Amino acid sequence: MRSLEAWGLAGVAVLLVVVLPGLNALPAGSPLRISDFTLNLFGKFLAYAILALGIDLIWGYTGVLSLGHGVFFGLGAYAMGMHLMLEIGTRSVYGNVLPDFMVWNRVTELPLFWKPFYSVPFTLLAIVVVPALFAFVFGYFTFRSRIRGVYFSIITQALALSTWLMFNRNAMNLGGTNGLSGFKSVFGFTLNSAATQRGLYVATALCLCGAFVLCRTIVRSPAGRVLIAIRDSETRVLFSGYSPAAFKLFVFVVSAVLAGVAGALYAPQVGIITPAKIGVLPSIEMIIWVAVGGRGTLLGPVVGALGVNWLQSTLTTHYPDLWLLVLGGLFVAVVLFFPDGVVGTAQKLLKGGGRLGVMGVRLTGRPHEGRRPEEAKPQTEVPHRQAR
Amino acid sequence: MWKSLLLALTLLPGLTAPAVAQSAGAAPAAGPSAEVAKHIADVASADALVQEAAAVALGKTGDRKILPLLEALREGSVYVRPLPGGKKETVIVGDKVSEGDKTLVPLFRAYGRDALTGSDGKPLLADLTTLEEVSTGRRLRIAIRPLIDAFSGQSDLANPDPATRRAAATKMGYTGDAATRQVLEEALGKEQDRWARFALQEAIALIQLRTGSDGERVAAAEALGRLRSANAMEPLYQLAGDAQTPAPLATAARAAIKRIERWGLFTQAIEIAFQGLSLSSILLLMALGLAIVFGLMGVINMAHGELMALGAYATFLMQGWFAAHFPAYFDYYFLVALPFSFLVSATAGLVLERGVIRLLYGRPLETLLLTWGVSLMIQQGLRLWFGAANVDVSSPRWLSGGIPVMIGVQLPYNRLFIIGLAAVCVAAMYFLLFRTDAGLRIRAVTQNRGMAACLGVRARWVDAGTFALGAGLAGLAGCAITQIGNVGPELGQNYIVDSFMVVVTGGVGKLLGSILAAVGIGGLNKIIEPGMGAVFGKVLILVLVIVFIQRRPAGLFATKGRYAES
Repeated sequence: MRSLEAWGLAGVAVLLVVVLPGLNALPAGSPLRISDFTLNLFGKFLAYAILALGIDLIWGYTGVLSLGHGVFFGLGAYAMGMHLMLEIGTRSVYGNVLPDFMVWNRVTELPLFWKPFYSVPFTLLAIVVVPALFAFVFGYFTFRSRIRGVYFSIITQALALSTWLMFNRNAMNLGGTNGLSGFKSVFGFTLNSAATQRGLYVATALCLCGAFVLCRTIVRSPAGRVLIAIRDSETRVLFSGYSPAAFKLFVFVVSAVLAGVAGALYAPQVGIITPAKIGVLPSIEMIIWVAVGGRGTLLGPVVGALGVNWLQSTLTTHYPDLWLLVLGGLFVAVVLFFPDGVVGTAQKLLKGGGRLGVMGVRLTGRPHEGRRPEEAKPQTEVPHRQAR
Repeated sequence: MWKSLLLALTLLPGLTAPAVAQSAGAAPAAGPSAEVAKHIADVASADALVQEAAAVALGKTGDRKILPLLEALREGSVYVRPLPGGKKETVIVGDKVSEGDKTLVPLFRAYGRDALTGSDGKPLLADLTTLEEVSTGRRLRIAIRPLIDAFSGQSDLANPDPATRRAAATKMGYTGDAATRQVLEEALGKEQDRWARFALQEAIALIQLRTGSDGERVAAAEALGRLRSANAMEPLYQLAGDAQTPAPLATAARAAIKRIERWGLFTQAIEIAFQGLSLSSILLLMALGLAIVFGLMGVINMAHGELMALGAYATFLMQGWFAAHFPAYFDYYFLVALPFSFLVSATAGLVLERGVIRLLYGRPLETLLLTWGVSLMIQQGLRLWFGAANVDVSSPRWLSGGIPVMIGVQLPYNRLFIIGLAAVCVAAMYFLLFRTDAGLRIRAVTQNRGMAACLGVRARWVDAGTFALGAGLAGLAGCAITQIGNVGPELGQNYIVDSFMVVVTGGVGKLLGSILAAVGIGGLNKIIEPGMGAVFGKVLILVLVIVFIQRRPAGLFATKGRYAES
């Protein structure tokens, strides 16, 4: 059974990494060929899937709902975007070494914090380190003071709001509302060519496979057990001598890094990154990908990210007015009728023993069994401070 | 020029109406004095200098019956008609009437604009070609303008409404000359209203500063400094910066500027505090509902902002309904809109609670996602129904304007109203929670749901009622916000994060904590905004809240005792 699952996953990986780009490389007119547009779109979705895996790690497994993951996604994307902007060089509209928007804003000299982004290794490092550092500092202070549950969600939402406001400012020298765009090449390869796009797609697919393996390793390790224990009863974990804050901080940083990498892969494929991608609404949309796919499973977030985004791109082309209604409906439906998401529900059906969660009343299994007292009382004063 | 002409045209009917009404009476209008009659004849002179001198002399008389003539001169409707016996008379002509191929005009007396009547008692009509037009050059029109202003200002200075008197004095201060000054000084002698007196003094000093002798100008600059007149800043700056200004005057101007500027900082601080207070009131109305619902049911209501938007749109609808059905009582729509928006939002809240939220008690994270979904749907619904653009909600007249409390500081009625509304709501909430049976039940369920239920409290009813109440408060906040902010589909989003900050800081379900947190966060927002910009304000507040929660994880006023742990 275990080996069957592994083979299945390997098959999916090969399909994503080898078969799809291979079909795209077929000569034009071939019936099996996947168009450049479709492959590019799929690449974007796969980047989202990496992000969703990170959210699943912190929400689905650890029970910490972060409504600010757009921030980490944005940090990665902007780090990559800054390098790409500098790579344009004098090929820009104004022919200036400075990015166009700086010429526009009458900035005469490249701001200091832009300069290191000329270097490729620094950029690659920044994509990982900047979100990680940010998550570490923010997480350290919030988890240390035992901000949990909805309090954590609200604080992270405020974080998303204020970061969004900051990035919108022209004075930040990050392109203001228009963000960074007009990229010409990535690490020397012209972005305009199908081969580069295919390469980016393969890189994204490989990163997704890597992220999947990483998450699987974490979840199956003893530390992963502790994470699930924290989700189910943080107080008991604390009393058993573990430090939930440390575990939460660790998983928060990992998920921020995954979000940053996703952002860095997103920017060159889509060709633009704006503050609109990091605000309150996109941050909470990311949650719904995981919820629809099935939190607490590793396949769920991937399925959810692909499915919901496919639905969004279909709906926004044909019925632009309806998308927000559908999105709102998805939130309601998932919470009320499918708390386990698509994958969780399917797993239960396959196992046969479980029944569907109907009207929010869970009849079997994880994650939140019944109504738990410490959730009903959101503010819990833990009496044993020294236990930490 | 055309603009002022048009203005004169629009003013004319209003000004002339009383005159006509007077002449309709049996009493014959008193004729002009010989001197005035001579000036009236001179106004029609072909010599532009004589004309101008005559017009100014007429203006100086201050006789109200001269005003129509001056306005007619500016408009170019003054003619000379030949009288039998070789004499000539200056007349004002009215609107043209075509009769066959001839163009006829009604004639009016130059003095007082009484209609001239023929022997049959009917209004006299004359063929335009038999009249001689009085040419009015640009110079003359420019000379006349301040005269007319002085006349209209004079009548406004006698207006029973102090605000009109104030505005007239201020306006005359900008344009007036020595003659205006006399008028203003006379008015000052009679004026009782404190703020009208201030405006008069300011206007007199401004005129002195422009037209007085050197000594007078220095005194005027000092007076303006004493008055802390913000209107005087520009002329004072010019004087201080001009190299040709005599040294004592420049010194006086600089001293006055300094004084006014210092006062300006002070008044600005007061204004900011006041704005902060009114923003706090809105946040408080929002947070009250959120905090009580969260404390009672553990439900995070992300749709609370949209319930507020519903209240705002309900106000908009009520405004439209009044405009369509009771235009006469339009100003009172807001009084009806207040309870209406409360009801609309409360009903929406009740439907939301009974429909979905009751299925999810005790699972705050899930209610958060669910209510977020609901908020998206309401938002998009509003956008589809009312359009994505902001809708226009006008302030009723009794809420526009404000109370002047000191020089340069006016407390707008609409913000005062909002602060008062919040105060009343808080008092009502306090009464409800701590002085009634219903409040006792709410507090009992909040503290220990199971035990309260065992003792016969219908917890579910309490939940539904409280949720509806909280939603209604959000509706009231939405109704209030229409008076100071924009109403659009995204309205709720702009306030929801701040409201949650208030809940987090104030402590869950705590009335006093919510009030202090709302005042603190709202005030801080407005204090930081002018110096560092709204963005840094938001970021700084987030940082402060996080730091604060480090110290007091349960908010300002944590519930003490074992039930906090449950």
